[in-house]
Amino acid sequence: MAETRPLGALIASGARMAAHRPWPRAVVGQEIWSEAAQQLQDGQLTLLGLWAEAKTVHLAVLDEGNWQAAVLSLACPDGRFPSVGRVHPPAIRLERAVTDLTGLVPDGTADTRPWLDHGAWGIAHPLGTASAAALRPGTDYPFLTVDGEGLHQIPVGPVHAGIIEPGHFRFTANGEAVARLEARLGYVHKGIEALMAGASLERGSQLAQRTSGDSVVAYGIAFAHATEAALGAEAPPRAVWLRALMAELERIANHLGDFGAICNDAAFAIMHAQCGILREEILRAAGAAFGHRLMRDRVVPGGVSGDMAEGGRERIEAALDIVRRRLPGLVKVYDNTTSLQERTVTTGIVKADLVRRWGAGGHVGRASGRVFDTRKQLAYAPYDALTFEIPVRPEGDVNARVWIRIREIEQSLALIEQILSGMPAGAIRRELPASAGAAEGVAMAEAFRGDVLIWLRIGGNGNIERCHLRDASWFQWPLLEAAIEGNIVADFPLCNKSFNCSYSGHDL
Amino acid sequence: MRKILFRNLVKGPVTEQGPAAGDAELAELAQRADAAARRRLGRSLAIRQVDAGSCNGCELEIHALSNAFYDLERFGFKFVASPRHADVLLVTGPVTKNMREALARTYAATPDPKWVVAVGDCACDGGVFAGSYACIGAVDQVVPVDIRIRGCPPDPIQLLKGLLALLEGHGRTSVGAK
Repeated sequence: MAETRPLGALIASGARMAAHRPWPRAVVGQEIWSEAAQQLQDGQLTLLGLWAEAKTVHLAVLDEGNWQAAVLSLACPDGRFPSVGRVHPPAIRLERAVTDLTGLVPDGTADTRPWLDHGAWGIAHPLGTASAAALRPGTDYPFLTVDGEGLHQIPVGPVHAGIIEPGHFRFTANGEAVARLEARLGYVHKGIEALMAGASLERGSQLAQRTSGDSVVAYGIAFAHATEAALGAEAPPRAVWLRALMAELERIANHLGDFGAICNDAAFAIMHAQCGILREEILRAAGAAFGHRLMRDRVVPGGVSGDMAEGGRERIEAALDIVRRRLPGLVKVYDNTTSLQERTVTTGIVKADLVRRWGAGGHVGRASGRVFDTRKQLAYAPYDALTFEIPVRPEGDVNARVWIRIREIEQSLALIEQILSGMPAGAIRRELPASAGAAEGVAMAEAFRGDVLIWLRIGGNGNIERCHLRDASWFQWPLLEAAIEGNIVADFPLCNKSFNCSYSGHDL
Repeated sequence: MRKILFRNLVKGPVTEQGPAAGDAELAELAQRADAAARRRLGRSLAIRQVDAGSCNGCELEIHALSNAFYDLERFGFKFVASPRHADVLLVTGPVTKNMREALARTYAATPDPKWVVAVGDCACDGGVFAGSYACIGAVDQVVPVDIRIRGCPPDPIQLLKGLLALLEGHGRTSVGAK
């Protein structure tokens, strides 16, 4: 086999698009496209995203050797492209979504089933021809088969027993042991990317911040960064620091909620109650400082929509102080309670190799040894000026994911301290320059569950032509199916909560 | 753990006084002539939450209702795991077409008398997702709605006000009427 060419060489052999920032984007031929797919499978590159327009398919990849990222684009005049999933399975679900939304067909893929399209839209390929289509019953979906003696199936969802998002889980179990879990998602598909097309940047930012309700700030930051990159603009320093302050509050609130909820799924309610109090303290401080408990629409392209309210800083400091004082006691209870440890240690193990191949980010990746956090490896301001660590553990079980969350709360507490003391003064929003012709931008931001990628093209009229949003969950959901294999059905809620993948962020 | 329990014992609960029932919700409810049915259920209502396409923001705040500050259960509300145990469906989201049938079936599985509360701007009119090929829009296009609680998302106090309206008017009178 020929020597592996570096990512730069793959880009150089295509036609470079000048209006794409900050990563390079090149239109390549099928040969380069397939070479990149092979490099993904060989572990030379990591898959960041795969999406399409009516006649073009895009592939975002990362070289973890030098943390260089790039987008490769392939024209598909006849509506087909060489499947990446054929050689690199993590791309399969992305390609199924591409086919559902645009009608482009990945040649040679092993899985031709629809994914987001449940046959209820009345149209086919909404981002492609958007032609009328007959309705199909929701049950018209072939799950993978499992053969063997003594196996039975347990269908769960889309409406679940708890207050959680809808999705369907098809368990095949032998007694209590799970032989296979297959998820079917797409129930909360809202057509966000179609709504983005033609939207103003302001509305685009609002849609982005309603893609996954727990990652409002992270999506806001990714959208703002992509927009600012496309237009060659920068938010004022104070806005950049305020964004990070909100992002860390969001991270702490989510991790606190999940820490308690994981313990609750092991029937240990006091942790849930105590963590719920701490989470509420953070949300109230966020509400007092920024006018909205989930900090929605505070991040805007060009800056932030408002400064911290009078007394907001004190409210945040008071809330952090409560968390700082109470959390160690709760962590001790978690660590010293045998009945809890019994449930979380060695449960739902995700192997390091799977995490690497899927490029899984967030606590799922970091609990299985993958050192990746966009705040560090693809650092954006102000994180390049702040001191923090990325906690990593090798075990890959529920317990490891709990510990990653605990450690990240501690890191975020320290980060907010630095942010508050280093917060620059000055303007909080800058007028964005008008786009002279089409401009493209791409950005990644670190949500509490992992990296969010947003790619967009702004047209000459200043509105969005195409925007793609990729949640961290795309590369985590498949690993949940691997984590539960061989575990008992009753441990699924624990595994699921320790991942806490987004349904809405994935289904879009 | 003993330390935590002891501290809570000494310091008392953090639970705060609840708000009064929301006027708007009370007015909306008064238009529906099912006071007798509501009276029968008294002050105990079982809630089944149905996410019909929400971004998960509303769910986060509905979750918060159960935290120690708001303590929803003291008012007589209880979240249940099945629509067959429920009196109230709390529905969020712009009803995605992929969830329409699941919502309709959940409603059908809920025994009468029952009420539907549409939670959040999306559930009230489709919110920012109105007009999408993948969304139906307001919940009342699929199942009848008794109360609407707006917000993106509504915060726990707004949610409480709306839910308490379900108990008001009939709950209090039911004490004397029984």
